[in-house]
Amino acid sequence: MSVQTWTYILVGLTFALYIGIAIWSRAGSTKDFYVAGGGVSPLANGMATAADWMSAASFISMAGIISFAGYDGSVYLMGWTGGYVLLALLLAPYLRKFGKFTVPDFIGDRYYSKTARIVAVICALIVSFTYVAGQMRGVGVVFSRFLQVDINTGVIIGMVIVLFYAVLGGMKGITYTQVAQYCVLIFAFMVPAIFISIQMTGNPIPQLGMGATLNDGSGTYLLEKLDGLSTELGFNEYTNGSKSITDIFAITLALMVGTAGLPHVIVRFFTVKKVKDARKSAGLALLLIAILYTTAPAVAVFAKTNLIDTVSNQEYSSMPVWFKNWEETGLLSFDDKNEDGKIQYVADKVKNELTIDNDIMVLANPEIANLPAWVIALVAAGGLAAALSTAAGLLLVISASVSHDLVKKVFNPNISDKAELWVARGSATVAVAIAGYFGINPPGFVAAVVALAFGLAAASFFPAIVLGIFYKKMNKEGAISGMVVGILLMLFYMTKFKFGWFGGGTQDDWWFGISPEGFGSIAMIANFIVSIIVLQFTPEPPEDVQEIVENIRIPSGAGEATGH
Amino acid sequence: MSEKQKKATAYWKENVKYLFILLTIWFLVSFGAGILLKDALDSITIGGFKLGFWFAQQGAIYVFVILIFVYVRLMNKLDKKYQYND
Repeated sequence: MSVQTWTYILVGLTFALYIGIAIWSRAGSTKDFYVAGGGVSPLANGMATAADWMSAASFISMAGIISFAGYDGSVYLMGWTGGYVLLALLLAPYLRKFGKFTVPDFIGDRYYSKTARIVAVICALIVSFTYVAGQMRGVGVVFSRFLQVDINTGVIIGMVIVLFYAVLGGMKGITYTQVAQYCVLIFAFMVPAIFISIQMTGNPIPQLGMGATLNDGSGTYLLEKLDGLSTELGFNEYTNGSKSITDIFAITLALMVGTAGLPHVIVRFFTVKKVKDARKSAGLALLLIAILYTTAPAVAVFAKTNLIDTVSNQEYSSMPVWFKNWEETGLLSFDDKNEDGKIQYVADKVKNELTIDNDIMVLANPEIANLPAWVIALVAAGGLAAALSTAAGLLLVISASVSHDLVKKVFNPNISDKAELWVARGSATVAVAIAGYFGINPPGFVAAVVALAFGLAAASFFPAIVLGIFYKKMNKEGAISGMVVGILLMLFYMTKFKFGWFGGGTQDDWWFGISPEGFGSIAMIANFIVSIIVLQFTPEPPEDVQEIVENIRIPSGAGEATGH
Repeated sequence: MSEKQKKATAYWKENVKYLFILLTIWFLVSFGAGILLKDALDSITIGGFKLGFWFAQQGAIYVFVILIFVYVRLMNKLDKKYQYND
């Protein structure tokens, strides 16, 4: 059977599965809709969190980015996993004990202020929208490459599927489809990785294959060979980066703290029964994520070595079929500058003749390694699972922010549970439509704003929540001014260096040599400092709020999540 | 301070002590071994891996997973000790 047929079969089967689950797990109340009824088991929640967290970027782009960045790519590996340690130790158990539906719920109640709640809602909406647009785009790309449909049609098919189970099932539907999606995506990621690891090193475990010797009997270590190839072509050694230590440090920190502050991840911990379960499911989530995150750097090394071996200094006319296929998508292009008919892939931009998009490294990897058709089709199904699961989780945060935090808590507190459920469904529908629009007409700055989303979460939510739990005397004036200063500072720095506003600037003008991607860590520190300074000049929080804090520190009697 | 409050304060103190120890390890394996000490550790190789590079792309992640499960165990024990397990 051809790749095309296999892809139709696998994608069709997985979609039917997701829809079946959605029908089986419809939401009957707002509690079902926001927190899946609050009775999700730690393992199911761990799997759902892992699928929720691993987006199209983790599945499709990350290994590719690492294979071109080498050591510098470590910021994503450590940043996007280390955040879970912060989440598990500093946030999840206490927020579960607090027992409400959303992150703005916590901020609003802990800081006894509508202003704080609204600031939190705005942050949650900005962060989630920037993210979801990228997911829809990922769905479109996978459809267009593997099923030869137009990207726009692909986006619309994706929208309909997500709409179906997010609107019908709410958090309950999303949770159980995410469990299925985790299985699909991890299987799809691991199968080609294991195949290639065996091919190249004879070791079936990619994490070990990465550090093993090559299969060709030369006794050379794979990484040694790649370091050699890289320097030969004028690139940095693969195992040494080009970024400064300060910048690597700052980016890693910003991504870790940003991860811990992302509302769609935090909210998953409201769905389990007890505080104990929240801790355990954070551990399980990271374990399940780590399977992909420790395989990705191995895939990066395999793919890069394979690629250089296949193309470097070879006749263009003798390139394999996959090369031509990917040239058609525009993700790969060859420009024979010196007209010798051979492909020169080198660091020197003037002489380099081959342009490669990051995403190819995962999507084309099975083809480059000559794997069977069903493996290639599996990658398509996995990419879709990754994109759809994250999109659904984000849409839920958006709809809950509108129906719960704005409509119920700010505009119309007397709304009935049933009416609120309909508002939630309505806002999910609108959110899907907006996300789809951005998927079809992607703003040029998507990549830039995704980094901004992490920076924003790091600069706003993280300090406010941590201080709210660990510093009983923290008051609303301190928290609000901290959040506002943190966000504005982050926005200023990003727009200055990414979009050239406020006079723009180049790398030489970066503050402390820190890139905009890493600036979230500075903005976060500014948030902490401002919060604590303002606190000194403003009144203590009321007694009952201090009692709330004492209460969330004790795990027993968590009860069920409640919105009232 | 009531008996109940005393118990809560003692529990919280032990909790914070655990957090401090675990987060120190968290910092050492990632920012320490994977970034600040990377160049020094790279002079040691294990198999095909330079040690600093290994920490940054593999080791730190394994330690993160272990840290959370250690935390889960410590806290379950602590909850029992203070009878906060329900």
